[in-house]
Amino acid sequence: MDIIPHQTLDASGLACPMPIIKTKKAIDGMAAGEILKMISTDAGSVSDVKAWTGKTGHELLGHEEADGKFIFFIKKKRT
Amino acid sequence: MTENTTKRLAIIAGHGTLDAAYGPFVLATAAAAMEMEVAVFFTFFGLRILKKGAAKKLKVAPIANPAMPIAIPNIIGMLPGMTCMATWMMNRWFKKAHVTKLSELIEMSKDLGVKLIACQMTMDVMGIKKEDLIDGVEVGGAATFLEFASHDAITLTF
Repeated sequence: MDIIPHQTLDASGLACPMPIIKTKKAIDGMAAGEILKMISTDAGSVSDVKAWTGKTGHELLGHEEADGKFIFFIKKKRT
Repeated sequence: MTENTTKRLAIIAGHGTLDAAYGPFVLATAAAAMEMEVAVFFTFFGLRILKKGAAKKLKVAPIANPAMPIAIPNIIGMLPGMTCMATWMMNRWFKKAHVTKLSELIEMSKDLGVKLIACQMTMDVMGIKKEDLIDGVEVGGAATFLEFASHDAITLTF
């Protein structure tokens, strides 16, 4: 995916609910409009990240899967 | 924020086994990460989870538990040491699946602003004092929990 993230969070090896919690914390520390790249090995993340962005209003720009890793690009909402 | 969705989660934790303690904290931390306000009310045996040092010592009961991944007949489960063995196995499975430790989830929930309410009546019944509990816990009764839950909260019981 041709998206240049402002920050990358590697949540590999973490089980539910940690990828979502780490994502929230990372997004909290970013500026509106910035993009976070989050890497997870938890297969539940695919559904969870969609649910989390749906609930919080941040935008899931897309996700991809490679070598057992799930990679998400999330854009922080403008407040 | 999507419009008109519930913003509160109210959980009752009424059991003090390791398996029963995970649910409330996984859901509480996830909900807090979803920007919901969360309160967990610890009552009866659930109060034990909040005792200082208890999170690392909670156990899984193999007796009368037909859902253990390895079947343990009740007549074996009742033998001395079987509860410790089942707990040891469970902790190994948790570790293998990279599940966060319960003590870390408790710290995380406090960090995310989850309200932890210890049931006053249970404290009286079991002779537990506020100083026996971990820091950051508030003490209250049914009304404290219900007032929080009455603001359109999703309510879950464990």
